[in-house]
Amino acid sequence: MRAFAELLEHLTLAPGRDAKRALLTRYFATTPDPDRGHALAALIGETRRGAAGPAMLRALAASRVDPVLFALSYDFVGDLAETLALIWPARDGADAPPRLGEVVDRLAATSRAALPGLLTTWLDASPAPVRLGLLKLITGGLRVGVSAGLARAALADFSGRAEEEIAEAWHATAPPYGALFAWAEGRGPRPDAAGAPVFRPPMLAQALPGPEALGEDLTAWRAEWKWDGVRVQLVAGPGGRRIFSRSGEDLSAAFPEILEAMEFHATLDGELLVLPPGAPADAAPSPFAALQRRLGRRQPGAKLREALPAAVRLYDILFEGAQDLRPLAFDLRRARLENFFATRHPARMALSALIAVTDHAALARLAANARESGIEGLMLKRAASPYLPGRPRGEWWKWKRAALTIDAVLMYAQRGHGKRGSYFSDFTFGLWQGEGSDRRLVPVGKAYSGFTDAELAILDRFVRAHAIARFGPVREVEKTFVVEVAFDSAQRSTRHRSGVALRFPRIIRLRRDKPAEEADTLASLLAMI
Amino acid sequence: MPTACDWLIPRPEGLYCVPGDFHIDPRRAVARAVITHAHSDHARPGHGAVLATRETLALMAARLGQGAVAAGSQALAYDEALRVGAVDLSLAPAGHVLGSAQVVLVHRGERAVISGDYKRSADPTCPAFAPMACDLFVTEATFALPVFHHPAPGGEIARLLDSLRLFPERAHLLGAYALGKCQRMIALLRQAGYDRPIYLHGAALAMCAVYRALGVDLGDLRALPAGRAVAAGELVIAPPAALADRWSRRLADPLPAMASGWMALRQHARARGVELALVVSDHADWDGLLRSIAETGARAVRITHGPPEALMHVLAAQGLDAAPLEGGGFAARREEEE
Repeated sequence: MRAFAELLEHLTLAPGRDAKRALLTRYFATTPDPDRGHALAALIGETRRGAAGPAMLRALAASRVDPVLFALSYDFVGDLAETLALIWPARDGADAPPRLGEVVDRLAATSRAALPGLLTTWLDASPAPVRLGLLKLITGGLRVGVSAGLARAALADFSGRAEEEIAEAWHATAPPYGALFAWAEGRGPRPDAAGAPVFRPPMLAQALPGPEALGEDLTAWRAEWKWDGVRVQLVAGPGGRRIFSRSGEDLSAAFPEILEAMEFHATLDGELLVLPPGAPADAAPSPFAALQRRLGRRQPGAKLREALPAAVRLYDILFEGAQDLRPLAFDLRRARLENFFATRHPARMALSALIAVTDHAALARLAANARESGIEGLMLKRAASPYLPGRPRGEWWKWKRAALTIDAVLMYAQRGHGKRGSYFSDFTFGLWQGEGSDRRLVPVGKAYSGFTDAELAILDRFVRAHAIARFGPVREVEKTFVVEVAFDSAQRSTRHRSGVALRFPRIIRLRRDKPAEEADTLASLLAMI
Repeated sequence: MPTACDWLIPRPEGLYCVPGDFHIDPRRAVARAVITHAHSDHARPGHGAVLATRETLALMAARLGQGAVAAGSQALAYDEALRVGAVDLSLAPAGHVLGSAQVVLVHRGERAVISGDYKRSADPTCPAFAPMACDLFVTEATFALPVFHHPAPGGEIARLLDSLRLFPERAHLLGAYALGKCQRMIALLRQAGYDRPIYLHGAALAMCAVYRALGVDLGDLRALPAGRAVAAGELVIAPPAALADRWSRRLADPLPAMASGWMALRQHARARGVELALVVSDHADWDGLLRSIAETGARAVRITHGPPEALMHVLAAQGLDAAPLEGGGFAARREEEE
């Protein structure tokens, strides 16, 4: 547990992907089995999550700490697990923390009722940094920025093998991945992926720098809608079925209806969407917010599945049976996909249509008008491109329609959490409604991103200096600060006071130069729906 | 029960001792000031006369200019008695930085101790905090929450040395307050056997020169050479503000580190952008505060320089008269000063 806690601390403070990758590589090289495998599973969220929740942490605190002191401390620190780890009264010379493997095994074998007792024993035996690692592990809130992709890259560095090979061997094993590490260190055979559902690193698109990148002749390109859903890889065969996210996270449990429809032996690439209830598989998808509600449930109930049925729009085929189609050109794979679909007709799936494009003018019109529900732009794929993992340049382009923007007024701010705990970083902004003496600001959305660190510092200072009221953790600020908010689309909403919901709003510019009275009106936003 | 030591009055410009006619650590220029230590939130320029330890006077002169303390200033050694008006005054070690002192005042049989900033953990650069029995104790409260348990400094120094060994191709840029923390870190490193030259930012170098003149040996210290210095594998110490400054671009792939009590909190370490967070503080932690207060035997405690609520809660439960030192107006958190 000690080495794992140290790794977590270093990952928290590591400045970027490369640094995290180096830390992981070193950890794999210096930590024995099965701890390193358990760590790997925990970092990418493969272990049982949320064995303990906030309520259990609070109860543990109450068992050892004066409630007034705990409340004051939590208010100051801003993170429940961190507060408990720091405030836990240390036993003299307590320095015999459990091993990570022991923690994972005993958590799996311990009932919820017995958990507080077990946790108490461990906390008593551990110094503060280990207590924090332990609590983060047990609450499932590691949040150290390690994706499956990053872990794969680190395993590739550690073993000297290609990421592609790692991905296949990885999914042929299960936590704590003993066979995987044995193979990576040259001590064992490559874990046999035959028949097992294996994640293949997907091919990703780059943002189109400009139409000229496509060249004069558009006949070498194929166009599709860019669906506003979640990229998934469907893998099914005799060895099982899995739905993987773009980074290799296993989404199978969250979309049982898709899993059920995967009556085939193939690896397909597509977009996960939510459709209106009862709609055919090729119907126009519901707004992204609907999919988000599904993603929020790891195991959705029947009612939710009925109200928000999932579907997949297919656009590529990587394997058919055991045959690897990835070296084939896009056009050939597309023909195989169409043929596959025509013979199999898997339920809840439809082909992502190819859009005919003849000239640049027509293409530009298409990209500009791509504002249908569930569409966020165009995909342009080179007809001759093989399926290459990663983001190869010049093969696939995404042409996102331009973001919409409004100038809005800051209204409320709230502290962030975790690394942003010391900053006011969650902002509610509003637009003007009404005329004359009735003119007032209506909140239309919240943004947490888009700004630089330097801009965040400015916003934070503004909130501290110009707060006019306090509602628990929320500060109301003087309505004088205009920010430019970009968003991908606006949708009608009955859940918002303004009647409109913004998709992915972010603060892209601070407009200190602009008087608040000149910010945009709600009417101008409604016109963008 | 009458208020303890009602001859000490918090005023807008600072704590005022009526029978001695002087202020302690005033925020504004006054006629006569007793200064606990040379940090800028305690030692301001422009007083008519200053009473402090010899070391504090020297550090003030180096920071604020000779004119700041020249006329009418008076040095007082620890435990040396002095009668000021109707008050008996002496200074006792506070263990915070070189020259830091608690001010002990006795008037009509009542004893008050104004601690200034203090700590209880080891510091080779200054004498240790001496608990002084008193009726009224004025305590700092920088880390007055039970989440703060500063680890032994030796362990944190070992982590720094480990990192230097692990990343020999990177310069380690350690953020540490120029007066006190910087010299303490150097002295702790020297104790741990680190005898390489240590490179310093100009502000830190100036303070080290004063320490040296006052007899504190810090080994081989160097200014960072001008131009593009490489300093791979070397240790460079600079004030925290210089960490993200253009100044640091002279270093080879610097690994930003910070020595501060605030580093115990991850969000602070992250907000500072440090990769190595060392929890080394020149302030008492929660247990240190409670232990020190108990050792004075004071029945009244006044709290300043930090959040008072947690201490008030605990001390009130012990039957003590605990309250914020009124007219405070000190910044609640002083991360730069730490």
